Amino acid sequence: MLTVEELSNKLSLEKISGLENMDNVISGVYIGDLLSWVMANIKPGNIWITIQTNINVVAVAVLGEAACIIIAEDAEIDESTIMKSNEEGIPILRSSLSAYELAIEINKVSNGSI
Amino acid sequence: MEDVRKIKVKYMVEKDDFMRAGQASSNIKKILKKLGLDSQILRRVAIATYEAEMNIIIHSEGGFIELEIHPDKIRINVEDNGPGIKDIDLAMKAGYSTAPNKIRELGFGAGMGLPNIKRCCDEFNIKSSLGEYTRLELLIYNK
Ligand SMILES: Nc1ncnc2c1ncn2[C@@H]1O[C@H](COP(=O)(O)OP(=O)(O)OP(=O)(O)O)[C@@H](O)[C@H]1O
Ligand SMILES: [Mg+2]
Repeated sequence: MLTVEELSNKLSLEKISGLENMDNVISGVYIGDLLSWVMANIKPGNIWITIQTNINVVAVAVLGEAACIIIAEDAEIDESTIMKSNEEGIPILRSSLSAYELAIEINKVSNGSI
Repeated sequence: MEDVRKIKVKYMVEKDDFMRAGQASSNIKKILKKLGLDSQILRRVAIATYEAEMNIIIHSEGGFIELEIHPDKIRINVEDNGPGIKDIDLAMKAGYSTAPNKIRELGFGAGMGLPNIKRCCDEFNIKSSLGEYTRLELLIYNK
């Protein structure tokens, strides 16, 4: 079992917002930037890796029951997105790594178990 | 005796209102979750209502989403105040989108919304009159 908090510490992710739910348990990863693709395919408990940072990502994460959102490649995050994720309690984390590199690191720290 | 009262809730959805985008679908999901509906059904309702809500916000002059809970099914009525869809067959095609660039930059415009809605519903009905309305009638069985 891996929580968002543990993952975040292991990968030294920047903790941005929605931090009261860092104990969400992670199962699986979904990568995507087209919202209707993400909506259709993300599974509850997934980490969602994206470079999309506008407010609409929060609604997709909430409805898709993502464990957290990781913003890749240090993309700049809208203030409204941060506010909404705090309201909704969806953790947003950020990394300088690309989506691909993040996926590899996540696989390593979870020993492929998520 | 079976409770035959049906629950009906209506949410207004405004044009270009990205700040509240997803609110109607989130509320609908919360209601159904409280009623203890199966998670697969919740998921299908969430996808369908979210895509319908975003289409009202992005493509229409505003409208509403109405949820009706029956003992054996969920009915979702979606209606907006135009501009309507000229070619419904084309609009239903996966990948077809008229979303302008500034909307695509936000992550919309894959042209997957309507196909996603249809896939999630047991019955799917779309009607549109140019300059007047687009109306979706969605049924998801609760079995
Ligand atoms: N309520 C509506 N009013 C007017 N036109 C609509 C409406 N809903 C959809 N359309 C038209 O149908 C097209 C396809 O809709 P669909 O939801 O499948 O894709 P999209 O909204 O463009 O992209 P996506 O949903 O993947 O973000 C839209 O681009 C638009 O031209
Ligand atoms: Mg759409």
